[in-house]
Amino acid sequence: MSASMLLLIVLALAAIGFILGRVRALSSAGGDSRHLHSLPSYYGWNVALWTMVPALLVLLIWLVAQPLLIERSVTQLIPEDSYAGPGELSLIMSDVRRVAEGLDLAVAARQMSADEAAALSDPEGLRGTLGALGVALGSEIEPTTLAAAQRYRVLNATGTMVRNILVIALALAGFALAWMRTNADFRARNTVEKGVLLLLIGAASVAILTTVGIILSLIFNTVEFFRLYPARDFFFGTTWSPSFGGGSELGILPLLWGTLYISFIALAVAVPIGLFAAIYLSEYASPRVRGTVKPALEVLAGIPTIVYGLFALLTVGPLLVNVFGSGGVLGVDWMGGATSVMTAGLVMGIMLIPFVSSLSDDIINAVPQSMRDGSLGLGATKSETIKQVVFPAALPGIVGAILLAASRAIGETMIVVLGAGAAARLSLNPFEAMTTVTAKIVSQLTGDADFASPEALVAFALGMTLFVITLCLNIFALWIVRKYREQYE
Amino acid sequence: MTDATSAGAAPRPARSSSILEQDARTRKRNAAESRFKMYGIAAIGIGIFFLCVLLFAIVRNGIPAFTQTFITAEIALPGDRLDKTGNRDPEEMAKVSTFGYKPVIVDGLVRALEDAGIEIPFEDKADVEKMISAAAPAQVRDTVLANPELVGQTVEFRFLASSRVDGYEKGRVTRGDLARDKNLDAEHLDVVDAMKDAGMLERTFNWDFIFGADASESRPEQAGIGVAMLGSFFMMLVVLALALPIGVAASIYLEEFAPKNRWTDLIEVNISNLAAVPSIVFGILGLAVFIQIAHLPQSAPLVGGLVLTLMTLPTVIISTRASLKAVPPSIRDAALGVGASKMQSTFHHVLPLAMPGILTGTIIGLAQALGETAPLLLIGMVGYIASNYPDGVVSGFMDPNSAMPAQIYEWAKRADPAYYERAWGGIIILLCFLMTMNIIAIILRRRFERRW
Repeated sequence: MSASMLLLIVLALAAIGFILGRVRALSSAGGDSRHLHSLPSYYGWNVALWTMVPALLVLLIWLVAQPLLIERSVTQLIPEDSYAGPGELSLIMSDVRRVAEGLDLAVAARQMSADEAAALSDPEGLRGTLGALGVALGSEIEPTTLAAAQRYRVLNATGTMVRNILVIALALAGFALAWMRTNADFRARNTVEKGVLLLLIGAASVAILTTVGIILSLIFNTVEFFRLYPARDFFFGTTWSPSFGGGSELGILPLLWGTLYISFIALAVAVPIGLFAAIYLSEYASPRVRGTVKPALEVLAGIPTIVYGLFALLTVGPLLVNVFGSGGVLGVDWMGGATSVMTAGLVMGIMLIPFVSSLSDDIINAVPQSMRDGSLGLGATKSETIKQVVFPAALPGIVGAILLAASRAIGETMIVVLGAGAAARLSLNPFEAMTTVTAKIVSQLTGDADFASPEALVAFALGMTLFVITLCLNIFALWIVRKYREQYE
Repeated sequence: MTDATSAGAAPRPARSSSILEQDARTRKRNAAESRFKMYGIAAIGIGIFFLCVLLFAIVRNGIPAFTQTFITAEIALPGDRLDKTGNRDPEEMAKVSTFGYKPVIVDGLVRALEDAGIEIPFEDKADVEKMISAAAPAQVRDTVLANPELVGQTVEFRFLASSRVDGYEKGRVTRGDLARDKNLDAEHLDVVDAMKDAGMLERTFNWDFIFGADASESRPEQAGIGVAMLGSFFMMLVVLALALPIGVAASIYLEEFAPKNRWTDLIEVNISNLAAVPSIVFGILGLAVFIQIAHLPQSAPLVGGLVLTLMTLPTVIISTRASLKAVPPSIRDAALGVGASKMQSTFHHVLPLAMPGILTGTIIGLAQALGETAPLLLIGMVGYIASNYPDGVVSGFMDPNSAMPAQIYEWAKRADPAYYERAWGGIIILLCFLMTMNIIAIILRRRFERRW
């Protein structure tokens, strides 16, 4: 019986429970719902929830835990001298799984009987049989692999059977318990509402779970990486030259430098333009101008980053080469190819304009009107008021907005993957191609990732660095913005 | 008040100047004022200018992808080459591979050119095949196998022109470019011009680009975004099915029920922080949790949808909370006053009133998820050639597929410049979807938003 079948059975039981619970409640009140504590359907829901929730919870946990436990116990069957590292082990294990699934398929397709499949211990010719069923195996099957696969099948079958019995038993027990307790005085609404509240709390905790998941998946793989590669070389190395054959140098400094350089250029473009746009829109513009310009600028924020990436690679890059490249308008030979720090930074700056402008706009609008009135009343011009009163008052919030924009710029991926180039170098020339932390995460993890080599695991260490940097920036920025809002509320 | 300032600084009694005449200092201050205003206008101008350049680049580079050049020719299908036994049995005929069809097409094309009175200027007549797509033999083969009776007859076919010929028609490839190109010579272009005059070559709207499948690297003229669109569609289904209920439930709890304590504070900080975490980090999470630990299939829209759900949740929660907050407390009080429980007042009264706002937020979150690329790179949705339509709903969720932005990235990375045109065209389609979603959101907001 498959998990989806089990799910359907439990749901059907819950539906029956809903009807029976309702009927029982009504009959215990003599058919008059006014004698009930709660509305009749609450009694139905009570039984349905008791049937469904514990059973499904167990099913969910089981579905996650069973493969992990079986994996662990089967791994011990593989002799330790038959593999060199965790990478080879995972290959063997995927063979084991495939053989086990293949045997199940063979039984389902009536190529062999269940007893034959269970008794099979000689791998001779099995590869051909399975190949005919569409299960492709890379190499001949070792006897140990077959033995492990048999063990895998046995454990899996037992586990699934125990799971089925347990889940159905739980559903029935919940059903019976709730149904027995149903009578006219039972406080069904309170119970159901408590249950719903628990579900709501669970949903709210998904946010926490996500963060925990991010941190755990980063930490485990980062620790694994530092076991293979010294942390000092990672944090202070100035060369980045990964080679999957071994002997790579994985220093983060060139990547950090590229990231910061590109972000700096992006902010140098976005902050003045965004800030002046925000000041004009909030202080000078008529409502009509504001009503058309603000949405138009925000269109820039709604455009996906892949579009900006393509724009950088195919439009801005060649344009910059025409100006700064050899034989260009300026006659200087600063730029070799279309991908460069300048290309990525400029386009990222365009992307960040609406981000800076709408955040600053909100913040400038939050400055109380009385402060402006006071300044104007003393005879200051509008620009003097803005420069000497509004802007200083809004400064903390604006700094927060800029920090948020910086965190965006540091974490941006598609623009730098397409526009910044792939060479990791420490250079000051903004027209040279450089690369960033995010671009390298992509290049180290795309393709057939074997999570055992330091060259792949380094991506998790890079991700950890990125996460920590942006987390600090975000928390600091959000704290400033919140603090600032409280000041004028 | 403002009148006083706009008329300049107040005159000082010590000075004898008239208030109708500006002194030097006032002039300077007014100049500074208008300068400052100009900075603002300039900033907005630059922003709008960038927007226009971006949109112009997209439209100009992308529009050609929606048309395609076709070459029409009558091809004789000789029985002695395509069906040696003469049984017209599709299974036997399937033994003739596409290589067997190539000479048939070349012969047919050469004859068609001669019939039209077009001189073939190059020595090796087989070179005409460079003008049609490498997909042509497969096209003829599929037609023949589907209808074996055609063998022995002369049938009119409409072939895709090769990407260079297509580029020449669209003005992307010039004769100068071809000097260094081994795929096509300038002499071919003379033939192309003559074929155009003879009506053998035409450019029509390219439905296959919108609904077709991706093609391998050497056949850009055949590539379409249709399969990736389906991949995106299945991902959006996952996001909608998970992000909406979880997001709404979480917001209801935080807004209506949560006590003010550490745990709630923690959740709040978490949500606002998750909204600002770089999207690539969600990709790492998806790779580690869904693929490395849970062994879900790589490149599957299900996994993509799960990752995008986690990424969209903060957006949905933030907008849902805002619209729950906008429902006035009097509604809740009235419900509680007539004996409803807190849960009933929330689900029966507050939630329906907040629904338009929630839907608006959800659509905007979906639009954001639809355009997101970075996390998809890590879970393997790039590099996969989406050449087959999924067989059904389950296969749509579980089988490897691409997604629209991932497909665009894939095209942008390929070496052949003909793919750049496809990438821009794909962007136009993607932006059309995003625009539609945003317009729906705006209409929802305008129609149903209530001011209390």
